[in-house]
Amino acid sequence: MNRRSFLTTTAIAATALSLGLGGAALAQEPLKVAFMYVGPVGDMGWSFQHDQGRQAVDAAYGGKVVTSYVENVPEGPDAERVLTQMALAGNKLIFATSFGYMDAVMNVAAKFPDVRFEHATGYKRADNVATYDARFYEGRAVIGTIAGRMTKTNKIGYIGSFPIPEVVQGINSAFIHARKVNPAVEMKVVWAYTWFDPAKEADAAAALIAEGVDVLMQHTDSTAPQAKAQEAGIYTFGQASDMSAFAPAPRISSIIDNWGPYYVARVGAMLDGSWASTGSWEGIGAGAVGIGEISSAVPAEVKAEAEALAAAIGAGTYHPFTGPLNKQDGSPWLAAGEVADDGALSGLNFFVEGITAQMPQ
Amino acid sequence: MITLIARPAPSRFWAWATPVLAVLATMIAGGVLFAILGKDPLEAIRVIFWDPLFGANAGYFRGQLFIKAGPLILIAAGLAVGFRAGIWNIGAEGQYIVGALCGASVALAAYPAQSVLIFPAMVLAGALGGWAWGMIPALLKTRFGASEILVSLMLVYVAQNLLAWAAFGPLKNPQGFGFPGSRNLQQYPSAHNIELIAGSGIHWGVMAGFAALIGTYVLMNRHIAGFRIQVAGDAPKAARFAGVAPARLVAFCLGLSGALAGLAGMFEVAGPSGQITDSFGAGYGFTAIIVAFLGRLNPVGILLAGLLMALTYIGGDMAQLMLQLPAAAIQVFQGMLLFFLLGFDLLTNYTVKWGWARA
Repeated sequence: MNRRSFLTTTAIAATALSLGLGGAALAQEPLKVAFMYVGPVGDMGWSFQHDQGRQAVDAAYGGKVVTSYVENVPEGPDAERVLTQMALAGNKLIFATSFGYMDAVMNVAAKFPDVRFEHATGYKRADNVATYDARFYEGRAVIGTIAGRMTKTNKIGYIGSFPIPEVVQGINSAFIHARKVNPAVEMKVVWAYTWFDPAKEADAAAALIAEGVDVLMQHTDSTAPQAKAQEAGIYTFGQASDMSAFAPAPRISSIIDNWGPYYVARVGAMLDGSWASTGSWEGIGAGAVGIGEISSAVPAEVKAEAEALAAAIGAGTYHPFTGPLNKQDGSPWLAAGEVADDGALSGLNFFVEGITAQMPQ
Repeated sequence: MITLIARPAPSRFWAWATPVLAVLATMIAGGVLFAILGKDPLEAIRVIFWDPLFGANAGYFRGQLFIKAGPLILIAAGLAVGFRAGIWNIGAEGQYIVGALCGASVALAAYPAQSVLIFPAMVLAGALGGWAWGMIPALLKTRFGASEILVSLMLVYVAQNLLAWAAFGPLKNPQGFGFPGSRNLQQYPSAHNIELIAGSGIHWGVMAGFAALIGTYVLMNRHIAGFRIQVAGDAPKAARFAGVAPARLVAFCLGLSGALAGLAGMFEVAGPSGQITDSFGAGYGFTAIIVAFLGRLNPVGILLAGLLMALTYIGGDMAQLMLQLPAAAIQVFQGMLLFFLLGFDLLTNYTVKWGWARA
């Protein structure tokens, strides 16, 4: 898999050896942990939430761990260089927090066998590469329920980022649960083809509002749609971070990425020597996905209903993808009572029956 | 009071001294910025400029300099020719993306066949793709008088959408579990733009960059076309009398810079980057404009300027990691470089006189 070799093998071996010996000789030296972010830490969305997780590590371990980060790292060769810089600088655990870093992580990990890597949202693993993700679709089920109850026009808008499984899971989950409480509900989807671009997100929001949606969901990270919704007097949900500046309306709740518990646990595993390559995919139960405060704009019985659903998902008594469910073309997907397995979900590339929007091919 | 007096001819001394002065001024102003942020300015400057070249692990970073500078040099070499003629191709980023798309398409169409012909075919496709994308503003300018600055810039956004469409659609890896992005060409030996000497960072794209510098030097200094380009830039009316066909010149300059940018994109996707993804375009096409001017539109200057820009990127990442400087501070630092260069450029064309001007 790795055909690039910037360093000769001997040079790496020598570096790795000297770093390893240095670590052994100075057992008291703090563990160095590095984080690589795709956006600025001030994006108030994806990278911001990862940095909150890093700060949770600092708070949990104090002087035993030293964390550092590099922000705004483009996916591609720059990511590979920054990861190498991190490994050469003596970091023993490195978190790469964007899907597009996947091949770069695999390349660098092959050259530094004694450094552990954690890749967010990817699917390639090695002995020293673990992956982690969060079950955002669990949170989407909860806010989908609220959306289904709150819409008057029976039209819900959804700003998609990219047609990848994680996003498709979210759209399906939100739609299934909105329909469950409101059979007349329709979902309109606009693909913004970006994770963070306030101008494009605002355009997408405006297009959906023009089509008559009165509840808007987003899988993009800026607050631009919130501002558009405020002008139009419709409801929204915070994405990635709480976006509480827009509460109690238009933002009536939010879906929050909470990486802190995972980061603290993984750094702890490094400290006690129990780190192993795993593929973690936690949800509401483990605290990886949070539901932001449901605001006063939502009637008490809807709030109670949403909280009960979140509790059931968190306790593991209910799975958001439980049959009977058909695919968009009407062919059967899950039989009554059947639950989608993780393999099917992680490659999900179709809408469920009832969504009229077309999946881009 | 300062008075500016135009020089009869641009100063050769200042033309070469201003980039050095600009770098020094950037270091000083950047140092002040870093000090305000609470970092030791000398240490920051050392981490950015010294450590990647001579510090620990410099063996790795020197190679990375060529990886980062290669596409910048290749693109800037082509842009410089057009800039000398007063033809402003601002859309090299778009030509870079289209070249990568064409090169990668050839490879992915041939996959998994192995043949020595695949790589040359990719090179050809990459150059043709960039050339074609550059010919759109050329045609619109010569036929309809549309500004090549605006058209070439707008075509960058078209190219970026084309890239997203390709990464999520036709070029998507069929074995990628539905995730976006093409197959990784690094794992396809016939298409892989390999590192020619292990650890050196030099791949075919860097070699092409060197060749482009030599080629454009010969063109500008030893060939009648270079003379025409120079005259067209310095004195457009005189050029017309001297028999320079403006339409042909526009097509030549935009075509050449487009083809070289396309080549840069193709070498990048087949080598360091490996994959077509929606975020493939990392701004090389825009940074190359800075490189061209920082290098005085001159081949040797472009080589040095490309390496210097690469150094600020690599050192900037180091400074983030080692000193926790924010990325924005590094970008301000890079911006200062262009700002000071343009500022000091005044000295090339004017002499400065201190004291009150007398009528």
